[in-house]
Amino acid sequence: VKLVIGIVRPEKANDVLEALYRAEVRGVSLSRVQGHGGELDRVETYRGTTVKVGLSDKVRFEIAVSDDFVDPAISALCEGARTGEVGDGKIFVVPLERAVRIRTGETDQSAVTPVVK
Amino acid sequence: MDALILGAAAQVDAGDTAWMLVATALVLLMTPALGLFYAGLVREKSTLNTFMMSVAAIAVATVTWAAVGYSLAFDGTGDLIGGLNFAFLHDVTFAPLGEMTIPHLVFFAFQTTFCIITVALVSGAVVERMRFSAFLIFAALWSVLVYAVLAHWGFGGGWLMEGGTLDFAGGIAVEMASGFSALAAAIVVGARKDYGRQALLPHNAVFVLLGAGLLWFGWFGFNGGSGFNTGNNSVLAFTNTLLTPACTLVVWFALDLFRGRKVTAIGAATAIIVGCVLITPAGGFISPGWAMALGALGALPSYAIIVWRPRTRVDETLDVLAAHGTAGFFGILFIGFVAQVGWNGISDGLVYGNADQLLWQALAAVATPAYAFGMTFALLKLMSALMPLRTSELDEAIGMDVTQHGEEAYASGEGAILVTPESGLEGPRPVAQPNPA
Repeated sequence: VKLVIGIVRPEKANDVLEALYRAEVRGVSLSRVQGHGGELDRVETYRGTTVKVGLSDKVRFEIAVSDDFVDPAISALCEGARTGEVGDGKIFVVPLERAVRIRTGETDQSAVTPVVK
Repeated sequence: MDALILGAAAQVDAGDTAWMLVATALVLLMTPALGLFYAGLVREKSTLNTFMMSVAAIAVATVTWAAVGYSLAFDGTGDLIGGLNFAFLHDVTFAPLGEMTIPHLVFFAFQTTFCIITVALVSGAVVERMRFSAFLIFAALWSVLVYAVLAHWGFGGGWLMEGGTLDFAGGIAVEMASGFSALAAAIVVGARKDYGRQALLPHNAVFVLLGAGLLWFGWFGFNGGSGFNTGNNSVLAFTNTLLTPACTLVVWFALDLFRGRKVTAIGAATAIIVGCVLITPAGGFISPGWAMALGALGALPSYAIIVWRPRTRVDETLDVLAAHGTAGFFGILFIGFVAQVGWNGISDGLVYGNADQLLWQALAAVATPAYAFGMTFALLKLMSALMPLRTSELDEAIGMDVTQHGEEAYASGEGAILVTPESGLEGPRPVAQPNPA
């Protein structure tokens, strides 16, 4: 079981979700974060105050998946989030020590397997 | 217009002038109010750009109107267009124009605010993707080529007015002109890149309601001032401006309930605008009872178009066609049926035995949309041959506030590094900053 973390442009979040659903990856959390990657700072001016904004808004996807779904999740993230410009984001994959589904107490593999209705 | 016929003597009346000064200020307030209304309806990242289009209308349209627009609209009784005697406010002084009882300067200022808001209205069709600089050029040209011409037709002594079309406060030049121009603009500029693919939702419904409320407030000056005095027609228009939108609201609530089982706030804000537009042409011409009927009946076509339009591929983003074009069209025609000499002192409609009135109303309702749509379409097509009308897809995705204005509506300041002109980036760094690569 792995945790796939994808940090993407906010305006591409919808495309990523679409791609994930198409890849049958379900069970996603996402949060709005701010970060600094390699992209150029943007300059903003408010009256006499000029600032360089070094942090850009990003959306952070967290997806816990069984090993078989790691690659589909990664390719869905890439497909949905890529524009080709600097600032498209990063994907990190980390091992998960444990996963528990709160409702049933199932752990690990079964905890991250979507419920079939 | 009608005050020219009704007015007693061509000398300044203190009461009339006092009211018109206030009415002018009320109508000017409508444009920032519209900016707020529109800004609430777009996404967070385009808030400022959307609002700024209304501010830009104040800047650009005031200048073009003073330069030539006002003169083309109100100098003389040419069929299609006025003359240039009033260009750059030549001969616009303290003496009243024609039979009016207010100084010519006040009349000019009042009419300026109409040109401003009409330009701002059209922006609703192109928000979230049109380049700001292209919009400035469009606003300047449109205010002369479309607004000034239709203002002349409708209430500057042009062929519709001379023929007998009744338009109290701008069903022709303001409402139908903006609505059908908006449709043309949406078609030429094209849809937002996410239109029809993602949910593009209003980001602040409170702005929308507050904007609509302030618009309604300003509309008392818009309609109540369009008699250019404090006479019966003005008083009638003032009170009808309360009655009609209230009836539109009630019917809109019912339609919302019927369709979705819930009364919506943004629907209510829209209903206020639709109601105010409906009574704009008819204000001083129809009885209060008919004004209430107009509010109720006129809600139906606008509601239908607002429901239908998003199912099409035309991203006429803020529904200027439904709220202004359709309601203006309906209001202009409605006068032809129910105008009453007993209330307006000028003419009866079809219901009271005068079919000619309906004919002239119908002519206005056909000619105005045709001219507004055609001219706006041609103007934007010409502009698009000379410059890009819209931003790149990437800039559109990042948002118009940052890409067009270098500001955000909801800036947090997190991660922002002060740049002082003296120190540039070599000076002290007040907050943590990554080392330059």
